[in-house]
Amino acid sequence: MRVTVRLFARLRDIAGAAELARDVPAGATAGDVWRGLVAEFPEMARYDSSISTAVNADYAKMGTALADRDEVAFLPPVSGG
Amino acid sequence: MSNEFTKSVKRGSDPLYLAVTSQPLHMETIVQLVSADGGFGAIASFVGVVRNNNQNRRVTHLEYEAYEPLAMKALEQIRQEAAVQWPGARLAVHHRIGRLEIGQASIVIAAASPHRADAFAACRYVIERVKQIVPIWKHEFFDGGEVWIEGATANPADETARLEAVRRACGAPSAAAALGTPCA
Repeated sequence: MRVTVRLFARLRDIAGAAELARDVPAGATAGDVWRGLVAEFPEMARYDSSISTAVNADYAKMGTALADRDEVAFLPPVSGG
Repeated sequence: MSNEFTKSVKRGSDPLYLAVTSQPLHMETIVQLVSADGGFGAIASFVGVVRNNNQNRRVTHLEYEAYEPLAMKALEQIRQEAAVQWPGARLAVHHRIGRLEIGQASIVIAAASPHRADAFAACRYVIERVKQIVPIWKHEFFDGGEVWIEGATANPADETARLEAVRRACGAPSAAAALGTPCA
């Protein structure tokens, strides 16, 4: 199945793109997509313990299972205000 | 309120009370929104502005980025939390994104309540929670470089963080305050 990955702030800079399309096996979780990204962009590894994730623009957990065409976002620590 | 501004606002469940927008912010707009009801005796407001220095760096400007649909949902969560904590309070929050110059407002918050204590507390609560859970990031540009500012790991279900925001909002006495140093 295919998912859209949304990246923000420093993660977007590291990937060089705000949005990526990735093919993942059925049953893949947000965490599986994240580990794939870290393998692709090792610099992202330092965010392992500090990112949040969202699926279809709702906060989710790394264990959340994805469906075909889902949008999964990875959010570095926030700094609004 | 200008049409341009109205069009730029991403509407929450309660139109215009919550916004993430690239347009300049106007405190008077949200003060009018929250004070439409005559039952409020107090309106507390907060403006966050771009500072010209940070950690010994000379800041030239900031660029804010948001995951807009989730940012709106997080703002709505904060508004609902505050409604439970301070029943009867009415809140509005507008956060700006895009490029901001020194001195420009990045966020405006207004909290109306029958009495001043709840208005001040609810207003403070909103800014504390924005910094905890709203997916917005500031990209700082300074003399000699740029850096993404990274604050809190966003976890809207973290009750410890929420209670810390309540504690700050309520101005709980601290040892530091007793020594005459600024509040936390």
